[in-house]
Formats: sequence, C-alpha cells, structure tokens
Amino acid sequence: MNESLLRELVPAVIGVLVRRGADFASAEDAVQEALIRALATWPDDPPRDPKAWLVTAAWHRFLDAARAETSRRGRELTVDAEPPAGQAPATDDTLRLYFLCAHPTLPPGSAVALTLRAVGGLTTRQIATAYLVPEATMAQRISRAKRRIAGLPLDQPGDLGTVLRVLYLVFNEGYGGDVDLAAEAIRLTRQLVALTDDPEVAGLLALMLLHHARRASRTGPGGRLVPLAEQDRSRWDTGLITEGVAILQAALARDQLGEYQAQAAIAALHADARSTSETDWVQIVEWYDELLRITGSPVVRLNRAVAVGEADGPRAGLAALADVSPDLPRYAAVTAYLRERAGDLEHAADLYVEASRAATSVQERDHLTRQAARVRQRPRP
Amino acid sequence: MKYLLLKHYRGGPAPAVDWAPMDQWTPEEVDAHMQYMRDFAARLEETGEFVDAQALAPGGTFVRYDGEGRPPVTDGPFAETKDLIAGWMVIDVESWDRAVELAGELSAAPGAGGEPIHEWLEVRPFLTEPPTVTE
Repeated sequence: MNESLLRELVPAVIGVLVRRGADFASAEDAVQEALIRALATWPDDPPRDPKAWLVTAAWHRFLDAARAETSRRGRELTVDAEPPAGQAPATDDTLRLYFLCAHPTLPPGSAVALTLRAVGGLTTRQIATAYLVPEATMAQRISRAKRRIAGLPLDQPGDLGTVLRVLYLVFNEGYGGDVDLAAEAIRLTRQLVALTDDPEVAGLLALMLLHHARRASRTGPGGRLVPLAEQDRSRWDTGLITEGVAILQAALARDQLGEYQAQAAIAALHADARSTSETDWVQIVEWYDELLRITGSPVVRLNRAVAVGEADGPRAGLAALADVSPDLPRYAAVTAYLRERAGDLEHAADLYVEASRAATSVQERDHLTRQAARVRQRPRP
Repeated sequence: MKYLLLKHYRGGPAPAVDWAPMDQWTPEEVDAHMQYMRDFAARLEETGEFVDAQALAPGGTFVRYDGEGRPPVTDGPFAETKDLIAGWMVIDVESWDRAVELAGELSAAPGAGGEPIHEWLEVRPFLTEPPTVTE
C-alpha cells in the first residue's frame, strides 16, 4: 500500500466519522492522527482492510478526545460509542468536503491548507514544508480555518467556483518539498470531475493537464525559466496533451463556456503547434476575447495584447496595450517584448530592466535581466 | 505571500520619536519591550501567519574576495553612518495590506515610560516561485 492510496481514503473516512455523529473539526483531527499512525506502522504491518483500519483508529481517537473534552466540561458524551453501520454513498461525503474546505468565508491560504489536509490527506508537516512555513504555524492556520467553518451544515451544496479557484491555486504553487503540488492538484481535480457534472471542472482539469505536459521543458539548467517560444517541444508530454485536449473537447461540446475552458482552449492551441510561428494566433486572440468577455480581467487584457502582437504584428500589440493599466505586474515585460519586436531596441532594453525590478519570482527576474542584457548586445540598425 | 519585516539599529527614515537608547530604560521597560515582541510572535503563530524571527548582534564586518590564494579582505566594524540591521520577522499573510498592518503593530512596541517607540520597520515582499500557468 503506497502513500497516495492511503491518502485517497482520507475524505471517505472523515465522512464516516461525521455520519456517526462527530463534528467535522474533531473528525478531521482524529483522521489526521490515524493517518500519521498509519504512515508510521503500515510499512511494517500493513492491514488487510486499510479503510476499516483507518475508520477504527480514527473513531477511537475521536472517542478518546471527546471523552476528555466531556469530562473536562462535565458534560455528557452525545455520540454513540457503537454507531449503526449506516452506509451513505462516500462520493457525496467527499464532494461535501471539497465545498466545506474551500468555503467562501475562508481566506484563500486557509482554504488551500484545509483542502490539502482533509481532501488531499496530506499531513500538516507536508503542507507546512510545501509552503515553507513552520509546522506549528500551519497547524494553527488549519485549526483556525476549522473554527471558522464550525457549525456550517455539511449537507448543503457549496460554491463550486471557490473550489476550482482553490485547486487552481494549489496547481500554480508547483513543486513544494517532497509533495508535488501540481500533481496533487491534478489528482484532486480529477476526483472532482468524477463527483460533479460541470464542464468548468473538466475545463480546469484540461488546463492543468495541458500545462503539466510542458513542465519538463519550462525550466533549463540551474532552474532557469525557458519561455514558451524557446521550449523544446519534443519534451512536451504528448500523452497528457492528448488527454487534456479530449477532456476539453468534451467540455466545450456542452456549450457552457467558462473561464477555465477558455484558458484550456488557449493552452491547447499552444500545445498543438510545432513552433510559435506555426501557432494559430488568430484563434488564440479570439479565445482571449471570449476570456475577456467572461472575466473582464486586466491580466487577460494584457495577455491578449501579446497574442495580438503575434497575430497582427508588434505595432498592433502595442496598440492593444492602450487600454491596459501600466500598474499590472507584467506590463513592462510585455511592452519590452513588443517594443523589441517592433525594432525599438533602446526602449526595449530599458523596459526589460524595469520589468526585472517588478518581477515577483527569482526565475522571472533573472530571465528579464538576461533579456535586457541580450537586447543591449544586439547591434543597432 | 511572505514578507520580511526588517528592523534597523540605524538607517531608514528619521525617527518619528526621539527615544532614549534601551540601556537608559528601566529593566522593567526593557522586559516589557521584549515581552511585547514575544507576544506579537506568539499571536502570529496563533493566526497561522508566523514564519521566522531572528535578532542580529550589532557587531560584525564586511568581507570580500581579494583574489586567488589571498585571504579575504575585511572592512569594519561598520561605520556609524552605515545602515545596520538589527533583526527581522518573516510573516506569511494574505495581502500587502495585512503585512503593513502587522508591521504597524510591531512598531508599537513599548519603550521608556511604556509609550510606543514608533520605530520604522521596513516591509519587503519575498520573491516567490513562478506560477505554473504563465501565459
């Protein structure tokens, strides 16, 4: 039994405890403790029925904690020590956990942490390591999040949009210590696709697969960032691309377009091309128009300008920047790129320098610094 | 988002309140100041926002490479005019506004007479990993 199979059991086991009368916060704590014990003991002594083992261990943990709590407060224990073996479908339990852990009242960072623990079955330590904070801090973040949602009914439909945003956040975090968060986000989104019937969930999964397919080519020696135009496309994972495109096509066929499907469509057009010059930029611009119509996002407007620059030339791209706010994080980088393409090398180099100062990641900063240096080396016409 | 709250012995904008150096406070005032820092860190751990806190001794020196086979060149101790870092706290919060809010609270640590010292704290965002989805 490997760790990921063990983790898949976690939401269902929490569901069993909740159905037996445990509140979500205590059930989740008890399962986490059982999980940590399983990780320590199973390698030497694997159980015959892993799920039953986890349910029993977690239920005993829960009873112990509840007894300690009731004696502390001098109150009666209200759950049955020997519960009836009720069997509600486990899929519903898992879906409810997604909604609860990504509840709109939670700050995004807390929703991410709680989702990874209760739905993803990661330990607090793994989540803390992935997000580079002390374990005690992460433990507090999770218990605060649980206090915040305490008392919310588990049996009501939640906000799917927030769930998708949380999964997208996890995916965007990439690698995190010994946990591959991108792969974990894909696993959780895949599971959600099986539990729901919404083309946007499929759209998000397609988007993730299409980006994940390019992962190996996105970084060069020393972790340097390789932009799309320079990526070695033979290293793209064609299996993931095929799967992503198929999922996207099925989703689009349902004719309920949303932002993730539109983003996935753009990723699919990139994945489909053998080079930037063979990329169907006209269609990409059309998808950006759709995306802009759906989201109205200034970042989309900025990215659209890049696509316009490829489809209709750098002058058109610069013109498309006219109604984009220069305060956006990557505004200078996009302007620099378009200026260089338009032959305005002097401005381009200065803009790359400006962009490197505004970069939010080391890789991006280094990449933009290299771009500035490269443009300065170019012979002037 | 992670932010560094940087505390300087010297440097930064002109002090808003011209407070006496710590060695001229009463021991109780010094204790109260330290306790405020500890409580602040404990509170951030409680809210799930604490990452790290470290203090630096004022002594030290600048060091640089001086060529193959030669010992490194040192320059110090720091001149009185130089910026001098006293320590830092690293926080992990949901927004820039929250980072500024917390820096403001930390700057309210009490000094002589139990009054806030209003010291300047520098707030700097960390560079992160690039997002997986880039275009």
